Amino acid sequence: MTYSALKIIKEALTGHRGWKPVWQKSEPKKSYDIIIIGGGGHGLATAYYLAKKYKQTKIAVLEKGWIGGGNVGRNTTIIRSNYMLNNNQAFYEFSLKLWERIEKDINYNAMVSQRGIINLFHSDVQRDSYIRRGNTMRIHGTDAILLNQDEVKKKYPFLNYENARFPIKGGLWQPRGGTVRHDAVAWGYAHAADKYGVDIIENCEVVGFEIVNGKCIGVKTNKGNIKANKIGVAVAGNSSKVMNMAGMRLPIESHVLQAFVSEGLKPILPGVITYGAGHFYVSQSDKGGLVFGGDIDGYNSYAQRGNLPVVEDVCEGGVSLMPMIGKARLLRMWGGIMDMSMDGSPIIDKTHISGLYFNGGWCYGGFKATPASGYSFAHLLATDTHHEVAKNYTLDRFKSGLTIDEKGQGAQPNLH
Amino acid sequence: MIINHPLLGPRDSSEFTYRGDAILFNRPDPNSESLLEDYYEYQYIRDNTHGFMKELWFHEQGDRSWLVLTRNTVTHEIIRVELASEYKRENK
Repeated sequence: MTYSALKIIKEALTGHRGWKPVWQKSEPKKSYDIIIIGGGGHGLATAYYLAKKYKQTKIAVLEKGWIGGGNVGRNTTIIRSNYMLNNNQAFYEFSLKLWERIEKDINYNAMVSQRGIINLFHSDVQRDSYIRRGNTMRIHGTDAILLNQDEVKKKYPFLNYENARFPIKGGLWQPRGGTVRHDAVAWGYAHAADKYGVDIIENCEVVGFEIVNGKCIGVKTNKGNIKANKIGVAVAGNSSKVMNMAGMRLPIESHVLQAFVSEGLKPILPGVITYGAGHFYVSQSDKGGLVFGGDIDGYNSYAQRGNLPVVEDVCEGGVSLMPMIGKARLLRMWGGIMDMSMDGSPIIDKTHISGLYFNGGWCYGGFKATPASGYSFAHLLATDTHHEVAKNYTLDRFKSGLTIDEKGQGAQPNLH
Repeated sequence: MIINHPLLGPRDSSEFTYRGDAILFNRPDPNSESLLEDYYEYQYIRDNTHGFMKELWFHEQGDRSWLVLTRNTVTHEIIRVELASEYKRENK
């Protein structure tokens, strides 16, 4: 089924009886060329780019729950490419470029909205570091504009400019940043992958790997054993748990990150705003809710729910940045499990087990990376070589010392 | 989460700073042949346990003691809290 304006008109006139499921429910076959474990954004994007760009056939995506039930439906929907380190900036800029044409690409309305993102700064030192980051971005061909206090005031008049301790002195603005409807990303990639004949198998949990003489030849699932030549794992949040079945330990800790949405309000926020003095980021969804988040809870967790101290902390950050938010009521909050890696950057690499490939360690930057992650993981699976923009996201960088530590925090996952 | 401090009684977890897996007690032998490999594992590689794990919490906003918690990472249930000094003595 192809979506188009014509199709909408046709369906409107014929009582909406012609809509088909967005993707087919499949049952596992005995064997595949490539199996992707994890039917989240990254897994589905990988399957899609494998089929479309790298012309692979016989691909299956195994999902233990349902499509859209994991982190792809639990984030704050922000896209941006405002990193500083070389290895990250090229990758995230590639991702943003893919976002810009994703809807045409996958024939699905993902509501990509480039409404801009601003990182506020509150001191001279912070301004200087943002200038440096902005310059790095521009060298990479990314858009970055430094706004002074008056320019910020004009764009965002409702912020608290009276804060004596953390006055807003300006911001680094990326006009091409913005938001995407996150569920539609999962559904859209599932739809597009399905069109290329990818089997999307829900409620299929991997419980073990078949490894013979150092080669992974298949997976054991609750729906039986499935053989495959290559197996890609994209299960961020549960990476350690899954890779442990292959006898691997990872440079990753699982942590819970909470996100929040307020009741629906009239349009007030023109874009994404991040607070430079507290960990707080906010945007307004098209339904009107303020979608916001802050820091991870800070302790190892596989529970998809957090604790109240962080709720308080995030709301304090929000009220201190924009006092008017204090009048809005919190509608919902939820938690997702993050693969917090040891340097704050992801891993897209082969493993020492032949035929087994790993994608994870996304910390809490996984959503914006979805297209590039899928693209470069597909590249790795299809060609056995690293994609140019992801070539430094290796597993052995921790051993060699070539870590990619954007925040400079060292090997303490809950600080990234 | 409420952490039942062995000296101070029940305290809110927000008073604490989290350090991670109590495996950090097992600092590798500096005279070992496989020193680089050992320290790489010690520094970067974690079990990332799904279920009960032993972990280090620092009572930063309190009496500044280090505690070892036995906590379930799936349910957040804490079944044991010990002073790190005592834990270390017992697990030598």
